[in-house]
Amino acid sequence: MQNAIEIAALCKRYERVTALQEISATVPNGQVIGLLGHNGAGKSTLIKLILGLIAPTSGHVKVLGETPWGSHTHPLRRRLGYLPESVAFYGNLTGQEVIDYLASLKHAPRQQSRQLLERVGLGHAAGRRVSGYSKGMRQRLGLAQALLNSPEIVLLDEPTAGLDPQATRELYAIIGELRQAGRCVLISSHLLAELEPHIDGALILREGQLLAAGSMIGLRRQAGLPSIVSVRLDAQTDGSGLAQDLEHLGVVHAIQPDGRLEIQIPEDGKVDLLRSILGHPIIADVEVREPTLARLYDWLGANQRRNAGELP
Amino acid sequence: MNSMLVVARKEFRDDFRNRWTIAVAILFAFLALGIAYFGGAAAGKVGFTSFEATLASLTTLAAFIIPLIGLLIAYHTIVGERDNGTLLLILSYPLSRAELLTGKFVGHCAALGAAALAGFGLAVAIIQLMQPPTRTLAAWLQIGNFIASASMLGASFVALACVISVITDDKSRAAGLALVMWFASVVLFDLALLAVLVFSGGNHAEQAVYPYLLLLNPIDVFRLINLTTLGHGAGNDLFMGMTASHVYHPAMLYLVMLSWIVVPFWIALSVFRRKEV
Repeated sequence: MQNAIEIAALCKRYERVTALQEISATVPNGQVIGLLGHNGAGKSTLIKLILGLIAPTSGHVKVLGETPWGSHTHPLRRRLGYLPESVAFYGNLTGQEVIDYLASLKHAPRQQSRQLLERVGLGHAAGRRVSGYSKGMRQRLGLAQALLNSPEIVLLDEPTAGLDPQATRELYAIIGELRQAGRCVLISSHLLAELEPHIDGALILREGQLLAAGSMIGLRRQAGLPSIVSVRLDAQTDGSGLAQDLEHLGVVHAIQPDGRLEIQIPEDGKVDLLRSILGHPIIADVEVREPTLARLYDWLGANQRRNAGELP
Repeated sequence: MNSMLVVARKEFRDDFRNRWTIAVAILFAFLALGIAYFGGAAAGKVGFTSFEATLASLTTLAAFIIPLIGLLIAYHTIVGERDNGTLLLILSYPLSRAELLTGKFVGHCAALGAAALAGFGLAVAIIQLMQPPTRTLAAWLQIGNFIASASMLGASFVALACVISVITDDKSRAAGLALVMWFASVVLFDLALLAVLVFSGGNHAEQAVYPYLLLLNPIDVFRLINLTTLGHGAGNDLFMGMTASHVYHPAMLYLVMLSWIVVPFWIALSVFRRKEV
């Protein structure tokens, strides 16, 4: 299957700053991919390059098999949807007028704008001026316009910034629908924990460099980060047997300040460990935490610095 | 082309909705009627007097106001979209930068032209109603000439405002620059010309060059278009006196005026095309 986005040796330099260096990655069709990194890591620059809003200093980008900048990109642009970071829209127009204007610029079917407003939950506010919209409502309007003309690729730049939890859930529900419809969604964010359950893969940027790219499973395996088994101990019971077993297994463990015992265990040893310790009566409760995206991100960052010789 | 018209229609409607067009039309109408009625007050009589004198006074006033309106209506064209965060969005849509800027330019010019036509047209209609002797074809031709040139003057400053809008990075700076440009073109330019005239004492070489120097300011071109058709005795003898040695052809003046629209717009377009977003 053709990749939605292919990036090869992409560099973007401004006068003094190198925004992106030597980025190579692919984004497969029909997946939700997170574009992760701190502020200033180059996320927005990469999105602008994918959209063809700026031209690269060197390297190539192919979007749906075509180069996105240059003069003959209008047909391609009708197949892309984009939500820029913090867009205020036109305060003097109503939500309906804004989306009608944008729909006519994108040559989208006329009745679609109304449907999209309903879909993002703005049907009741369609006749109100955008200047009176809350931040969340503006983001919804932004999402609605990004879905005009049923785009094959949707690029969302920090879509949940400033959204309340309810609106965030609804946004991810819509992204889930897009995935089911076979669309490719690229979401940039620095809110790793929030994004994690909703993405199939990630491109991780740091200071203009691509730290890692791939599916979430592949990335976790690559990092080899341990899972954490957190155990609540029953204070009235003798725990010497558990301690001996842990010594015997040779796993890293420590008592946390809140009294819980935390055991670090590699992915493949997790089930064996649980089998062997759950027989001990001292164990009152067990929680297993998989390595999170945030930990993965920190690990990748430390790894990069180690390679650069900054850390021992 | 289609996208350009979509943008133009939105800007035209925005100008209406912001009450710009209506306010400007009312301003034009009141100015025209006020000047027509009180224009003769210095001579000791109030009421509608000579149509030509009215038009001459109106030209002087319009030369101040129309550039200001043109600048104010359009200085935020691009920089305002940048402030809104919509510039990136619009540029990701299937329309070129040329279509976007042209659409905005056309929309604002149309709004200004509509205001001029409605305001001045209404005023002239009222004057003619009150004063039957002015109901002549010549009067209509003069007012047509006036409205056409006023619209072109407005378009010229809308184009200059577009230049301001693409070279600045935030709206307040653009507003400041627009006011500086207005002051420079309305006051400083004529002062500078006057200074040249005074210090050189009006020798032959300078007399030959001077009429062409006037063409370097669209406001003076506008004055020339209207005052040369009215002739002497219309209250602008000083201005006419300075240019009497030279006869301007109306077609040439209109051509210069047109280039005062096309060249600034072309500059704005080429700067905007090269600008990184």
